Amino acid sequence: MIKDLINPTNFNLMVSKISDILVKALDQPLGYAINWGRIWSLWPVHLETACCSVEFGAASGPRYDVERFGIIEAFGSLRQCDLIVVQGTVNRKMAPRLRMVYDQMPEPKYVIAMGACAITGGLYVDSYNVLPGVDGIIPVDVYVPGCPPRPETLIQGTILLQEKIKRSKIK
Amino acid sequence: MAKNLEHQIDESEKLGMQIVKESEDDRLMTLSVGPQHPGSGHFRFTIKVDGDYVVYCDPDPGYVHRGEEKMCEYRNFIQNIPHLERPVIHDSANITYSYSLAVEELVGIQVPRRGQFIRAIASELDRQIYTLYWLAIYGIFLGHSTMFMWPTGDRELFIDLMDALSGARVTHAFNIPGGVRNDMPLGFKDKCLRHISYFEKRLKEYEDIFYTNPLFIQRTEGVGILTKEDAIRLGVTGSVLRASGVPYDIRKAEPYDVYNEIDFKVQYMKSGDSLARAYVPLLDMKESCHIMRQLLDKMPESGEVRAKLQPTPKGPPGEAYRRVESGRGALGYYIVSDGSPKPYRVKISVGSFRNMIALPHLLVGSKLADMPSVYWSLNYWPVEADR
Amino acid sequence: MSQDQNNKSGSSITPSQPPSTPTKAAAPPAKKGTEVPAFENGLVSQIISRFGEDKIKVAYIRPLRMKVNVDPTGIVEVATFIRDNLGFDHAESVTGTDYPKDNQIEVIYQLGSYSKDDIAAHILSLATRTNRDDALLPSLTNVYKSAEYHERETFEMLGVYFEGHPRNERFLLPEDWADLPPLRKEFRIRGR
Repeated sequence: MIKDLINPTNFNLMVSKISDILVKALDQPLGYAINWGRIWSLWPVHLETACCSVEFGAASGPRYDVERFGIIEAFGSLRQCDLIVVQGTVNRKMAPRLRMVYDQMPEPKYVIAMGACAITGGLYVDSYNVLPGVDGIIPVDVYVPGCPPRPETLIQGTILLQEKIKRSKIK
Repeated sequence: MAKNLEHQIDESEKLGMQIVKESEDDRLMTLSVGPQHPGSGHFRFTIKVDGDYVVYCDPDPGYVHRGEEKMCEYRNFIQNIPHLERPVIHDSANITYSYSLAVEELVGIQVPRRGQFIRAIASELDRQIYTLYWLAIYGIFLGHSTMFMWPTGDRELFIDLMDALSGARVTHAFNIPGGVRNDMPLGFKDKCLRHISYFEKRLKEYEDIFYTNPLFIQRTEGVGILTKEDAIRLGVTGSVLRASGVPYDIRKAEPYDVYNEIDFKVQYMKSGDSLARAYVPLLDMKESCHIMRQLLDKMPESGEVRAKLQPTPKGPPGEAYRRVESGRGALGYYIVSDGSPKPYRVKISVGSFRNMIALPHLLVGSKLADMPSVYWSLNYWPVEADR
Repeated sequence: MSQDQNNKSGSSITPSQPPSTPTKAAAPPAKKGTEVPAFENGLVSQIISRFGEDKIKVAYIRPLRMKVNVDPTGIVEVATFIRDNLGFDHAESVTGTDYPKDNQIEVIYQLGSYSKDDIAAHILSLATRTNRDDALLPSLTNVYKSAEYHERETFEMLGVYFEGHPRNERFLLPEDWADLPPLRKEFRIRGR
């Protein structure tokens, strides 16, 4: 019987079956652990785009404390951040800089478009200097509506982002 | 000495090495303190440093330029209010106050008395909200994170009051040419007085933890001195002007609405350095609490809060220039009307844009490490300067 | 003297001349039925007596607000006189308005005073007009340093070149702006 098992085709089948079981057993908890680490330490880049930055600043204050979700505005370089919150209107002078900042961030990176101006141009859709929405230049994960969104809405947006990260597969 | 050097040059040339002489350009380093920077906000300025000293500074605004003045020409007088308050979203009661005053002069509207009082109360509340945010960011720039948390928490009290008054935390669209949109809710006066008494105690604590902190004093005393003559010549405004010894406040110099019935003193300091520019807003906040108490006291018990208007008000052709004292300085509107319901030209003269000219003047000659202290003390809000 | 009291009475606001009539015709200083405020009239008549009626045209004199129109050739001397003798020491704002009907652009300087108490509330508006197709004006930067950045913004927004200004360059607009100056009336914004 052992000879049966170790002959070439059966051996290959056995190895592939064992590796399937191993991947299924480890992938789920490992992925869950890695995602858990990513969710609770989303560090945003310090790039204030327009007026919604005031509500983002208020969200970091003691009443709507986003630091308990792990969102600390890291004042180091942007190479150690993984979240970019586009706060408000992006105009044509700021757009290349936004793209440059996005490109320099390491993978995995997430984008939250905050405010009506970042989603579709908002109140300024017919201005000569404003981009109609930021998803033309960077891929957006979560849209947070409002003008400006209350800090509670921003926190709800980050929780939605967390659920999206939980569902994603690790490559 | 020169012979020695020539001998050394010959020797090294024999060995095939070249002496790199230090040229002028090599000594200077150009830094771009750009829009993605924890110390600059949405504003960029280029500085050239020679070692540790700044020799050249060039501001480069425009990262939040949204074309407010052009957009005003395509909307009528009342439709302009929501987008005109976005330059400074947390001080929006002042930027629309000035606009409303100018439109009322053009169209010829008389605002009822209770409406004038409520407008003044909203203006003072927003001034507190703005100044506390400014103080919070100043704390962060200098690395004092307690001074970020305390004002951000305390301004929530005033934001709650504005929320109760107008329905929105910031950008309330509360002022309108002709008055305010709606009346105060019941119980507002008591809540406001309670918050003001709490806040006055907190201002003493701010002084203890921040303003008398020896590290803060070392970083700001004697830094970036703006003399009185320079302040007048450069045309700066607001707390920057008052910190250099000029006691000019539009609420006292050209009182609008009910400010001629209120008794208050213009706070100013004479030294003109960053410490004075940080102190004057604190004194302004104390004075503002005093003003709010008087306003709540003298307000008529009942009455209309807005004048009756046509849906699209229009007035005879003309021009008007009105200004208001906002958190950053004199905020003026120059509106030209040609008889139609839409303005022909709106020019907003904001305090931040006028103070920007002091930035190259003060930074050149100072040390690089003093840059955050000088830059933010000029009370510069980039979104408003770009409009 | 506060404007508030005058506004309440509602009768002493002089309407200014409509923007579509050309400034070459001298504007009457007051319409019938309203009186010209004496202090402001005194300030403006000092300027007129120094430079003459033909160079200075008064647009309006209201409580706390005065506006005079000057030719571009004489504006630097008038501004120097206003700064040294009348005491208006800084420019609050400088802006331009496009009047395509007259084919002119009007640049207006709002001058205020920090040092003298009796004119602390007054604003003297100094206006000048230039041709729209070839907009060229002398810069007042040497007289009023506070006007420097405002003039630069007027250059980029309206296309008016200020002679003598250290930098006539783009300021707020993006670096690759290749369109008309935005505040001109033929620049229509999207969809309107």
